[in-house]
Amino acid sequence: MAEGLSDPARAGGTFPGGEAEVISLKNVHKSFGSGDRRISPLAGVSLAVARGGKLVIIGPSGTGKSVMLRLILGLLEPDGGEILVFGRRLSSLDGYELQEIRKRMAMLFQGGALFDSMTVGENVAFPMRAMGERDEERIRVVVSERLRQVGLPDTGDKMPSELSGGMRKRAALARSLACRPEIILYDEPTTGLDPITSDAIADLINDTHASLADIRVTSIAVTHDMRVASKVADRVLMLYGGRIVGDGPPEMFRRLGEGAPAPGASEEDRMIRQFVRGEAEGPIRTVA
Amino acid sequence: MLRHVTALGGVALDGLRGVGEVAILFFQCLAWLARGLPYKREVVEQFYFIGVQSLPVILTTGAFTGAVLAYTSYNQFVALGVESWTGAIVAKAQVWQLGPVLVGLMLAGRVGCSITAEIGTMNVTEQIDALSTMGTDPVRYLVLPRVIASFFMTPVLTIFAMMIGIIAGLGMTVFVLGAEWHFQWVEISEWMVSYDYVQGLSKSLVFGVTISLICCRNGLKTTGGAEGVGKATTTANVASCIAILILNLVMSIFLFYAQPLWDRVADIIAYAVSEAMSVLIGWWNLAA
Ligand SMILES: Nc1ncnc2c1ncn2[C@@H]1O[C@H](COP(=O)(O)OP(=O)(O)OP(=O)(O)O)[C@@H](O)[C@H]1O
Ligand SMILES: [Mg+2]
Repeated sequence: MAEGLSDPARAGGTFPGGEAEVISLKNVHKSFGSGDRRISPLAGVSLAVARGGKLVIIGPSGTGKSVMLRLILGLLEPDGGEILVFGRRLSSLDGYELQEIRKRMAMLFQGGALFDSMTVGENVAFPMRAMGERDEERIRVVVSERLRQVGLPDTGDKMPSELSGGMRKRAALARSLACRPEIILYDEPTTGLDPITSDAIADLINDTHASLADIRVTSIAVTHDMRVASKVADRVLMLYGGRIVGDGPPEMFRRLGEGAPAPGASEEDRMIRQFVRGEAEGPIRTVA
Repeated sequence: MLRHVTALGGVALDGLRGVGEVAILFFQCLAWLARGLPYKREVVEQFYFIGVQSLPVILTTGAFTGAVLAYTSYNQFVALGVESWTGAIVAKAQVWQLGPVLVGLMLAGRVGCSITAEIGTMNVTEQIDALSTMGTDPVRYLVLPRVIASFFMTPVLTIFAMMIGIIAGLGMTVFVLGAEWHFQWVEISEWMVSYDYVQGLSKSLVFGVTISLICCRNGLKTTGGAEGVGKATTTANVASCIAILILNLVMSIFLFYAQPLWDRVADIIAYAVSEAMSVLIGWWNLAA
């Protein structure tokens, strides 16, 4: 903790190395399996995320979006290339240093990943306790506040198994927001939710981002939902076939999705167009 | 033919790798212990689950093996005219072998399976990843409490199994088969020496730690959903049982040869105690 105070990043300065990027991926490769069954979700991805930004990653199912978030958290190690978070090279950190870095990040897992041996309230309190918060009264207040924010008041005493899928997702969201993180990663925060709740969650992501503006929080969300993407993002990234096929403001993606296909459009632009419009026909092949 | 040999080799390699990983897990636990105390709440929970809740099944096992051993050996011994040995044979067998081995096997079933199933399920539902991202090390939070609880509770449970086994054996010979209580007791107190208990309890310590480490390791390695959890649980159970049987043989041989060493140690302890006593008595006399 003492380390955090003297950290220039906390004080709003730049990082060791002078970059303003909180996260940077340099030519990252990651594959699974071997032989014929080898798949390469990431084949040379480079990316820099500016501090304070709201990045949305889109792409068809199974293209390595979740893998990318796991790499950023250090849950997976890249086969090649390097990943820097807060200016620190993840591969050079020992277990303890990695933990300290992770304490400054929060992740909403695709499946929620609530601890099913604990009540919802204890789940939301967990990261606070893990960060060393001992004031039970404060924990109680924050927990009920976070649960109210995600539209789940009075569920603190329920077990996760008693909630519906969408409620579980929102409870997990409450848990990841409990600790004022500097980087928040959302893996499909609205998948499986009704459109109204999805919209409310998008608002919540925006509100959280605004409320943590003092520490210049960086939000990264993975989603399939173009509505959520355009509502949340100030930058959109499309991943397909192990590489980045599109990178720009949400307007660019909306523009590419509209109207008749431009003659002579690049392969990338046609992919974006296909994804944004949600068409099975096109350069992206998901079902063989 | 060659295919079968290759398959066999694969199994052997997997086994070796497993042994290595269990050893690594053991050292990780030690490293965490050296860094500070484990989470108290988890440890208490595991003491209750592994210790208290296993008592009924352990007592049943001990009582029935003691009784059946007494019944069978008594009928053989009558023919030889040495029925007064029955109690002592039961006591030796319980304390040397049956107590620690049967407690180990029962715990591998009752405790081991639930450890693997629980940790494995947490793994496939991303709960383990969620733990790590919240600055909590899974080895420290999940593995260490279980290993510590097994370390302390397995010998305690073994003592119960030994005692109830001897009592049930005596009950069978005296009350059911009508032997003379006095002669049984004389033989038991003559035959049993302190090293018998050292042997039985040191085995149970090793078994307890081995079971919990194997089962935690398999839980942490689980992949592939509900089916994967089922597979991991079965494998963990089989591996624990085999490990107990092999370790039992190895330790029995080793402990047989180590007996003179223990006798020396016991002599030294006895000598030290008597010296200390005489010094104390000397002081007492001086003071008086
Ligand atoms: N631990 C792993 N072991 C083996 N393969 C994996 C592992 N994790 C991911 N993969 C594979 O990597 C590919 C990318 O997975 P990933 O979960 O990143 O997809 P995604 O883009 O998040 O898809 P979705 O939108 O469906 O969540 C998939 O083909 C998946 O099978
Ligand atoms: Mg995913």
